[in-house]
Amino acid sequence: MNISEKGFFAIKEMLYKIADDQLILGHRNSEWTGLGPVLEEDIAFSSMAQDKIGHSLAMYEILSQMGESDPDTIAFMRNDDQFHCCHLVEYPIGEYEFSLMRHFFFDMAEAIRFEMLANSTFEPLAMVARKIKGEIKYHTMHAQIWINQLGAATEESNLRMQKALNETFPLALGIFEPGTHEEILAEEGIFEGEKALQDKWLQLVTPILEKAGLQVPSISSITPSYGGRFGSHTPHLQPMLEEMTEVFRIDPSAEW
Amino acid sequence: MYGNAYIDPSLAPNKLTQDEDPIKLAEFEARIAAGDKIEPKDWMPTEYRKQLIRMIEQHAHSEIIGSLPEGTWITRAPGFRRKLALIAKVQDEVGHAQLLYSAAETLGKPREEMINDLISGKSKYSNVFNYPAITWADTAVIAWLIDAGAIVNQLANSKGSYGPYVRALDRICAEESFHLKYGHDNVVYLATGTPKQRQMVQEALTRWWPPIMHFFGPSDKISVHTETLMKWKVKMASNDDMRQTFLNMYVPKIWDLGLVLPDPNLKKNTETGLWEYTEPDWEEFKRVINGDGPCNAERLAVRRQAEEKGRWVRQALLSKDSRYVTPLV
Ligand SMILES: [Fe+2]
Ligand SMILES: [Fe+2]
Ligand SMILES: [Fe+2]
Repeated sequence: MNISEKGFFAIKEMLYKIADDQLILGHRNSEWTGLGPVLEEDIAFSSMAQDKIGHSLAMYEILSQMGESDPDTIAFMRNDDQFHCCHLVEYPIGEYEFSLMRHFFFDMAEAIRFEMLANSTFEPLAMVARKIKGEIKYHTMHAQIWINQLGAATEESNLRMQKALNETFPLALGIFEPGTHEEILAEEGIFEGEKALQDKWLQLVTPILEKAGLQVPSISSITPSYGGRFGSHTPHLQPMLEEMTEVFRIDPSAEW
Repeated sequence: MYGNAYIDPSLAPNKLTQDEDPIKLAEFEARIAAGDKIEPKDWMPTEYRKQLIRMIEQHAHSEIIGSLPEGTWITRAPGFRRKLALIAKVQDEVGHAQLLYSAAETLGKPREEMINDLISGKSKYSNVFNYPAITWADTAVIAWLIDAGAIVNQLANSKGSYGPYVRALDRICAEESFHLKYGHDNVVYLATGTPKQRQMVQEALTRWWPPIMHFFGPSDKISVHTETLMKWKVKMASNDDMRQTFLNMYVPKIWDLGLVLPDPNLKKNTETGLWEYTEPDWEEFKRVINGDGPCNAERLAVRRQAEEKGRWVRQALLSKDSRYVTPLV
């Protein structure tokens, strides 16, 4: 199937949000290096951070091939209002339970997203999606093992996990904020849409959380944290970007 | 990353073996002389076990504390290539700590106890990590030259006699050589870059030279005590020998890049083949190793906080109610 000009525009919008999510969450997860609750978790979060940042690079490379700037310029030279990430990924790492719950919600959604994109009519993306979904499988396995382990192990762990769930759930729903071009993407077989993704995600995460002894709030009672896809962000993003680009901006023309 | 094992020169020479069964001791020493590896369940002198625990534990602490100065630059690494490489490198260092704690555990000291001794200040770690990484260029110098020093030390130790330690070191050395390549590449980019980049790397090198000269520790005079440990292949090379190996390999490479080392007396004596240098300030070394360096308190505070924040997780893993569940997807 040939992709229309409108379709290309819609793809760019979609790639930016996917890539920005991956870059920012990868960056956040990398902050656990050296600080995890057990050494094995330092190492795991660090691995997943590398994968996430690597995946964002693959997305920015597709964007470059579509006429956007080179990946370093895209990633290191924008301000927060030019980013399209959801609010969930912007928050500091906080306590371990927050980072774990965020990792679980996000990666479950991402696993489904790339499963869907593996059949996209936009072949460059479908190709990368097939590779990425194989890697994310290990991230979701990791998340589920820990959710299971900590959900009901002790009273404290249950309390902490439930609190983290309640905090992250509205943020997680922000992953699925609809874009401007959902219909074009669906019509041209590029991506089925955020609504479909959210439905699948909810069906998948709910029984896992319940089995771990946690309560999932009814989705109708929650206001999703929207705005990120359109450049409206939490106050956490801009300082993070300033830190991330501190060295790069010493001399953007220099080779580092 | 690591500095050499420190051996207390005041220990009485016969103290290492005085209570050991002479027949078993002779068998043990014959095995080591023949190049055998000692395994966890094998008989070994008490003092062999003690020295190894201390040495491997210090090495493990050095890896985990060593991840901190560079770790603070992960979030600031310029560009995808450096960002990915630095995360991978620091992750490797934490992985080294994990491997080494496991190796030390085979000798009977649990990881939790070792980490407690680290954060209480009871056990030591390599002194270099008590200095700050002030700019991005500091991380480049660390990754190149501190990792290079670590390789000199670890390659020597990997010929040692304790099986679990030497096997861990084989894996570690393979990874360290990537770190060194990454660090060297990083320094080359800075040293051949813009005037600002060259200035950054020169300043970082000037800052890091004294800690690098301290890295292998003060001259160790050969005592009966060190001779025994060398015979047991616990200690593999003298501090001065390792420092010479390091200088011989890296000073020419540093000079090739047009960088200046802050020691006017540094030169190779063509007759002896040995490097001459201004004697490092060992008083400062002692002060820093005993807790009074620029970052000792900060490093341990970070580690202590990580341990405290993670306590509930470790408790949840030990809980009788916790269960292993096969992942669903
Ligand atoms: Fe690694
Ligand atoms: Fe290491
Ligand atoms: Fe290293």
